Amino acid sequence: MTQPSRKPSATGIPGILKGLATTARTMARPTHTAEYPDAPPHLPPRSRGVIALLEENCTSCMLCARECPDWCIYIDSHKETIPATTPGGRERQRNVLDRFAIDFSLCMYCGICVEVCPFDALFWSPEFEYSELDIRDLLHEKDRLGQWMATVPPPPALDEHSAEPAEVTAANKPPRVPRGDAAAGERPARPSRVRPQQDGE
Amino acid sequence: MTDVVEVVLRSVGVLAAFLVLPLLVGQTEHKVMAHMQGRLGPMYAGGFHGWAQLVADGVKFVQKEDITPTAADARVFRFAPAVALVPYLVALAAIPLSPTVVGADLPASAVFVLATTAVGILGTLMAGWASANKYSLLGAMRSAAQLLSYELPLVLAVASLCLAGGTLSLVGIAQAWTPWWLLWQLPGAVVFLVAAVAELQRPPFDMPVADSEIVFGAYTEYTGLRFAFFLLSEYAGIVVMSLLFAVLYLGGWHGLAGDQLGWLWTLLKGFVVAVLVIWLRVAWPRLREDQLQRLAWLVLVPLALAQLAITGLWVVVTS
Repeated sequence: MTQPSRKPSATGIPGILKGLATTARTMARPTHTAEYPDAPPHLPPRSRGVIALLEENCTSCMLCARECPDWCIYIDSHKETIPATTPGGRERQRNVLDRFAIDFSLCMYCGICVEVCPFDALFWSPEFEYSELDIRDLLHEKDRLGQWMATVPPPPALDEHSAEPAEVTAANKPPRVPRGDAAAGERPARPSRVRPQQDGE
Repeated sequence: MTDVVEVVLRSVGVLAAFLVLPLLVGQTEHKVMAHMQGRLGPMYAGGFHGWAQLVADGVKFVQKEDITPTAADARVFRFAPAVALVPYLVALAAIPLSPTVVGADLPASAVFVLATTAVGILGTLMAGWASANKYSLLGAMRSAAQLLSYELPLVLAVASLCLAGGTLSLVGIAQAWTPWWLLWQLPGAVVFLVAAVAELQRPPFDMPVADSEIVFGAYTEYTGLRFAFFLLSEYAGIVVMSLLFAVLYLGGWHGLAGDQLGWLWTLLKGFVVAVLVIWLRVAWPRLREDQLQRLAWLVLVPLALAQLAITGLWVVVTS
């Protein structure tokens, strides 16, 4: 049996010199240290720092609060009745958000609330410097959550040849016109790429 | 009267060197070690690249509580750091930076320096015994064994130089130095460097303070200023051994404009040796206790004896 590649020399001198060479080479190279408080950290895209709330989009549907594994999202809301806009019309009801709070001392940054929100009211922000001296101050109410919106980065660009985002498709759709006008021949040609199932939206 | 003034001035000069040079080596260690590990090291204290880090450390150590364990032999325990520190101060006084820049020019300074540096180990032994702690005792025993093994090659290596220079005075040896010695005394130089690092208990010979085995050896029970004194004595030891190496093997003040700037040359060479000592710490892992003894008795002592024989032969042949 031959010894595998390891060929110990009697004195160990080559290994000793190799150690010296490695450390010397490392010293000649730039260091890896990130001088964090002085220099801003380089964060990867989609960093999970803090969760921002776009209050206008929230419908108080409670999906996020129910899906949260830590139960750290608190939502209070009430219903308001909007009077009918046209005579004889139906009154409508609307949810009004009274309180939206995330307790970041409980949050485990799983991001399920952001994923589950059907109305794009929650976003990840890369900001992470919000430590507090008192743990109770980590409960961010909706105004504080709203302030984080300014730090949310724009979504990453789509891949080439990917499908158009649903918002763009919706915006490109021709405006709906009343039936009567359409009969007059004003109806514009429907773009062929819009599939029938998206029609009803 | 002038004698008194001169003694005071020389003492103050040696004390200043004793307080500044170890800090310089310590800061260099911080920085060199950091960069060898791809880090930056201290960057804040003092503003510019953390130059005041060790001053800040000193202030911290002064503020810490000075604890003497109940079971400890209190007087010996308190006295030990001084015993560890002062010998290096005394040794530094006898090391010449140039024929004129020397704290105390002794006729047998080579013997004097080796003898005083060997006293320092007594402080470690006292600390280990008086702490009444098994780790401290183990560390002290390791220190004693290490000193016993490495003092011999150290003395033999220096003896070879004394033989080559024909004098026991460090000034005399350095003045007899020629570049030819670099090759002639090379084995002795290697022996001296290894033995010096071992005697300073620096890595890779730091079994007496091996933190993964015996906490911090003889210094385990120490806090505050007394602990800082032990640390300072380690760095003062590096300064003493580096300067000694520079004077003995690298020709001390021999160099460009050596007549005027000789002391600068000695300091520069000593600094290079100190960086080498730091480098060894970063690059090499710690030896085991038995490996250490094996290295001393089977490699260094025979090598030192061979060097002594070579030197003796050459001196006899050429004279």
